[in-house]
Amino acid sequence: MSSAAPRTWRRFTPRQRLSRFAIYLTLATAIVFSARTVEVIPEFLYDAPEQMQDLLRRMWPIAWSHYPGGVHEALVETLHIATLGTLMALVMALPVGLMAANNVVGNRAVNYLAKLILVSSRSVNSLVWALLFVAVFGPGALAGTLAIAFRSVGFVGKLFGEALEEANRGTIEALEATGAPWVSRLAWGYWPQVKPAFWSIALFRWDINVRESAVLGLVGAGGIGMALDTALNLFQWDRVAMVLFSIFSVVVIAEVVVTQIRKRIL
Amino acid sequence: MAALPASGAAAPAAALSVRGLVKEYVRGKRVLDGITIDFAPSGLTAVIGPSGTGKSTLLRCVNRLVEPTEGAIVFGGRDVVPLAGKSLREARREIGMVFQEYNLVERLTVMENLLAGRLGYTAAFKAWLRRFTQEDIDRAYALLDQVGLAAFANQRADALSGGQRQRVGIARAVMQRPRLLLADEPTSSLDPKTSVEIMGLMRDLGREHGIPVIVNMHDVELAKRFADRIVGMSGGKIVYDGEPAGLDDGVLKTIYGGESWLA
Amino acid sequence: MNTATRRLAVQPNWWARAGWILLAAYVVYALGRLDFSWERFVTGLDNGARFIGRMIPPVIAQPDSLGKGLLESMEIALLASFLGIVISLPVGLLAARNLMPVWATWPARAVIALARSFHPVIVAIIFVKAVGFGALAGIGALVVASIGFIGKLFAEAIEEISLKQVEAVRATGASFMNVILFGVLPQVFGRFIGFATYQLDSNLRNSTMVGIVGAGGIGGTLFSAFQRFDYDFVAAILLSIIAMIMVGEVLATWVRGVFLEKGKVSDE
Repeated sequence: MSSAAPRTWRRFTPRQRLSRFAIYLTLATAIVFSARTVEVIPEFLYDAPEQMQDLLRRMWPIAWSHYPGGVHEALVETLHIATLGTLMALVMALPVGLMAANNVVGNRAVNYLAKLILVSSRSVNSLVWALLFVAVFGPGALAGTLAIAFRSVGFVGKLFGEALEEANRGTIEALEATGAPWVSRLAWGYWPQVKPAFWSIALFRWDINVRESAVLGLVGAGGIGMALDTALNLFQWDRVAMVLFSIFSVVVIAEVVVTQIRKRIL
Repeated sequence: MAALPASGAAAPAAALSVRGLVKEYVRGKRVLDGITIDFAPSGLTAVIGPSGTGKSTLLRCVNRLVEPTEGAIVFGGRDVVPLAGKSLREARREIGMVFQEYNLVERLTVMENLLAGRLGYTAAFKAWLRRFTQEDIDRAYALLDQVGLAAFANQRADALSGGQRQRVGIARAVMQRPRLLLADEPTSSLDPKTSVEIMGLMRDLGREHGIPVIVNMHDVELAKRFADRIVGMSGGKIVYDGEPAGLDDGVLKTIYGGESWLA
Repeated sequence: MNTATRRLAVQPNWWARAGWILLAAYVVYALGRLDFSWERFVTGLDNGARFIGRMIPPVIAQPDSLGKGLLESMEIALLASFLGIVISLPVGLLAARNLMPVWATWPARAVIALARSFHPVIVAIIFVKAVGFGALAGIGALVVASIGFIGKLFAEAIEEISLKQVEAVRATGASFMNVILFGVLPQVFGRFIGFATYQLDSNLRNSTMVGIVGAGGIGGTLFSAFQRFDYDFVAAILLSIIAMIMVGEVLATWVRGVFLEKGKVSDE
């Protein structure tokens, strides 16, 4: 047998174990603390299954007849909000994304500012943006479209900026060497490389925006959410079910469309 | 270097007995056509034959990675074929396997891959917390020294070269203290020099620990050099079973068919 | 004289051009449908200027309310992520078609698809009906959202692993749990940390808005400030939300840094 002391084996170095332990401890404390301070009213919890059953009973049968009058127009409006909002966001995100990419614009301050704009745009929910725009422009689809646009700028801009930063520098260098001006470098050097990523991001965001647009009406920003809001306020659960069903269908159709486009073009 | 205790105490006359083994992947097409063969409790046996002739299937039926269609496989005194659940795992613990593509868990370290050989003996909770016995850890270090990879103990497995990975794979199999070592084309992904090293390692470890080794391979020269016994398969049947020296051109033609590939 | 037609250096891409034209036509059409008029836009801008004037400088009109709301949002996000992860792991595992039989994958995949179908706000409304106003509804809604996201990605990650590594671990006689622990989980751990931290971040964002429908968190505070036309308080709330989310992103980066160490691990 070996005469040396038994060799120990540890998966992680002491420093790593300390960091991992720190995280576990922080998370555990935070979770326990949260669980204790969150207000849970036990009666409501016990009541829940019965409430759910009641809800389902009231939702059935679904008010199909409600569709042509109350739902269809709103649904179409929702799609317009989603699409226009995404397009607007694409237009706005292009310059900001360019500014955020450290290989396109070298100025660190500008990069930082652009990234700050993008983070702020993402941190505010589309619903909250909608509240803001309803207060400014009044209720309706205009507020909704702007809300979608302003929220999506952060998403598109961030991913677009990252795609730009991953572009092949060699290509750009070669163009610089020919004396091409900055705009040409963009159009001939960067754009062809990021074009597929850009459209992929655009499609992805449009898909998400269809979902988001559906609820904006809850705060008055147009679209099917308004029909939902009305039905909820009047406790017409069968109509609520109709609205939910149509939202679900539109989302599914949108996903199918996006998958098909991806297969063919990307 | 620590001397490791030999695995497997007094073994029965045949370590492994295969009786009438049949395997059909597709109904009516027999990949293994009634194989009957015994393996002694020591020595290195090489199974050779053309691709698709069932060599790999034969090995994988022994530890039930492939389900036999008919037949019996007697190992450690009982038939492995009908086993399930706990008893199947107990049987598998006793059989070590070395794979063509090493099949290490690439994101785990070399040490963890070695200790994985003891998973059949370790409770899940302990395994999760990486609490293996001191004996297991000592054995692992000793084996690492033996295969010359002590410096790599805490490297991720995917940082190693092919030959090094296969050595880890062999060490993992030996960690199980198996009573049988199966190797499914262990050198097919390696260069000639490394192949020789790996075959030598398996033969030496097999002798040192008293474990019979069954190797499935397609390099005939390599087989002749390291095997104590050669089994030739063709068309799902055994067509040769004997000494490496007895492998003359006539026999090889029976196994592989055709003349043009012979030197 | 050479009358040959000029040859273009780059052939025009008719499909792309058609696409752009269609797009432009759509924009015009949709703008019309949505009743955009120039006057409305200009009035809006005017409103907007006044609006921003009222928002600046931001004033923390009710610090208690703000603090409570932020804390509640963080708690909702934390608990929802924790519960969501705990539930998603087995559900995602059951949904992996390369490891599980059909009678397990079909229900698991159905649950995940259902969880993804609805916007968290809609789910929050349903939870408010079921368990009443407050944080519990918010947690419930975000747990559902988490299951949809993490469950789907976890199942996809498992379906992409190398089964050969799993086979080798099975061959050693390891139990089912051991095979999962040593064969499957090491292969998906990296990606799992990635989308778990992403979902924590996402839940933090969503927890700020479920309050608008009564499911707890700072959303409620924000909504009531709006309704009182307390726009400078609104501005303060928005800024604090942005700050909270940035802190969340820093934490997520810390967790990723610790758990995704690559390369050598040294001995004692």
